[in-house]
Amino acid sequence: MAQITQPITPAGPRHSTPTQKPGRRRLRSGGAGKQQSGGPIAYAFLVIATLISLFPLYWTVVAASRTGPELDTPPTPLLPGSHLIENLKIVWDQVDMTKALINSTIVAGFVALSTVMFATLAGFAFAKLEFRGRNALLTVVVATMTIPPQLTVIPLYQIITDVGWVGHIQSVILPSLVAAFGVFFMRQYLSEALPIELIEAARVDGAHSLRIIWHVVFPIARPAMAVLGMLIFVQSWNDFFWPFIALNQQNPTVQVALAGLGSGDHTIDHAVVVCGALVATLPLLLVFMVLGKQIVGGITAGAVKN
Amino acid sequence: MATSVRATSDGSPPSSRTARSSPRKSGGTGPPGGWRAKLYRLDTKASPYAYVAPFFLCFAAFGLFPLIYTGWLSLNRVELGTDAKWVGFHNYTQLWDNTFFWTALRNTFTLGLISTVPQLMMALGLAHLLNYKLRGRGFFRVAILAPYATSIAAATLVFVQLFNPDYGMINQLLGHVGIGNVSWDSSKWPAQIAISAIVTWRWTGYNALIYLAAMQAVPMDLYEAAALDGASRFRQFISVTIPSIRPTIFFTIIVSTIGATQLFGEPLMFGGNLGVSGGTDHQYQTLSLYMYDKGWQIGELGQASAVAWVMLLILLLIGAVQMLVVRSNRRKLGG
Repeated sequence: MAQITQPITPAGPRHSTPTQKPGRRRLRSGGAGKQQSGGPIAYAFLVIATLISLFPLYWTVVAASRTGPELDTPPTPLLPGSHLIENLKIVWDQVDMTKALINSTIVAGFVALSTVMFATLAGFAFAKLEFRGRNALLTVVVATMTIPPQLTVIPLYQIITDVGWVGHIQSVILPSLVAAFGVFFMRQYLSEALPIELIEAARVDGAHSLRIIWHVVFPIARPAMAVLGMLIFVQSWNDFFWPFIALNQQNPTVQVALAGLGSGDHTIDHAVVVCGALVATLPLLLVFMVLGKQIVGGITAGAVKN
Repeated sequence: MATSVRATSDGSPPSSRTARSSPRKSGGTGPPGGWRAKLYRLDTKASPYAYVAPFFLCFAAFGLFPLIYTGWLSLNRVELGTDAKWVGFHNYTQLWDNTFFWTALRNTFTLGLISTVPQLMMALGLAHLLNYKLRGRGFFRVAILAPYATSIAAATLVFVQLFNPDYGMINQLLGHVGIGNVSWDSSKWPAQIAISAIVTWRWTGYNALIYLAAMQAVPMDLYEAAALDGASRFRQFISVTIPSIRPTIFFTIIVSTIGATQLFGEPLMFGGNLGVSGGTDHQYQTLSLYMYDKGWQIGELGQASAVAWVMLLILLLIGAVQMLVVRSNRRKLGG
């Protein structure tokens, strides 16, 4: 689905933040769930959903450690085999996975950092500052989320061809330095979490804008910045359409390298292909295992404002 | 999206949607009329624009300009590295007369439908279940979000194995319940269902969490009142939960629609070497694939641009219809 413009409505402050005076607890949640406990049926459904969610991931590990012929003859193996290392070697032989991993890390890291940075600034302006044309500009920001990348890739491709950037990662980084979704996300968060009094107090003390940003806005925005950074990193790491067009097998991102592994000149060994998929997914899954709770918390902490 | 109104029993200010006025510009800070005051005024006036400038500059360069330029290209015959030659609406009439274009349009529509409708319904149900008080709720939430961390390319490569008609696990399972081999790769509907399964698998958990966030904001007393009136849990879900999170539902529908219109990686990787043409018979070639085929395989950038603009028109059309639905819904609710 829309890779770059995913909807989340950012959370309001989850824990006691400076916005809340002591003694005032936010209603943790008002859903039906607080009183009602789920019965066995609810459990059954959730267990099934969990199995469906996790099984393909588990099976990726299984298939990546088998041989091609083992996968190509029924019954499908359900337990890991012993060929993982060999398959990894073949993956590295067929595509430049080291370069791909480095490229993906650089691209996703760069894009996440710059998006968080610029989105926080813009989100702060939209949430807390008065300026002419604010609402119209915010509408423009939200509207840009609906533009599919297909509408911009052709001229972009012509441009990077002209300047000789085809196959260079700056051609993937530059167009996604800021994301509309990020601006909107930070605006939603900051309009909840940042009391205007703090800014006014800082102003009265004679602080200029940059000091206010640095000493007031950034500290309060930090939790949302972390969540946004993770989301953008995941999106950027998994981005396919534009990198597939702008890069090539000599200098790929992980996803582009995978596309080369799944089709191409060499005979296709299915175990090797899945092994490549495992290499592409594992870094993010590890991050997800460590920070999954925070990401989920970031998505569900606040609520969509009606 | 409007803000929720939160109680401010202790007198802390309600966080309102519009920031209240910034400090009075005259007096109060610094010596009036001095250079410092001038500087200060300039700072408060100009800084908001400086903060939003990066986004708009980036959008102008990498969004708006290419968008308009694509529109101009679509009225020209142009190959990469050659000069454009004005042909008016020729590219569009060529699309109109091309059967594969109509096939791609139909495929995009059907794939979009079968990959978003079940997905959002399941997400709604899951969110409802996750909103119950359950042991291990946190684990379930993380588990259903896990597919979101996989990429289109990786997920598709794995699912291609599972859906392989000769030795894939899905056909083996179906064989146990007496269903013969389904040719997931070559027949039209099975292939489209397999592709939509990949989309659904990756996004259901994510949307469920967004719904969950909205459900957690539904005020308790609504449920209490409904329970007093003797509404069953299911009735509460239909009459309290769904109406309360309606804006979120519309939001996810719009975003999923945009995503479905751009479907590219899944069918491309699903088809392996036949990916760009969407299978032997174009049975799952989407508009995006068709555009890539025209632009990067055949090298007709003008034609590809025309496809892109058709996509934009379709999105605008769908958006307009959705807006009308939202409006009429609001009217029915009298709000």
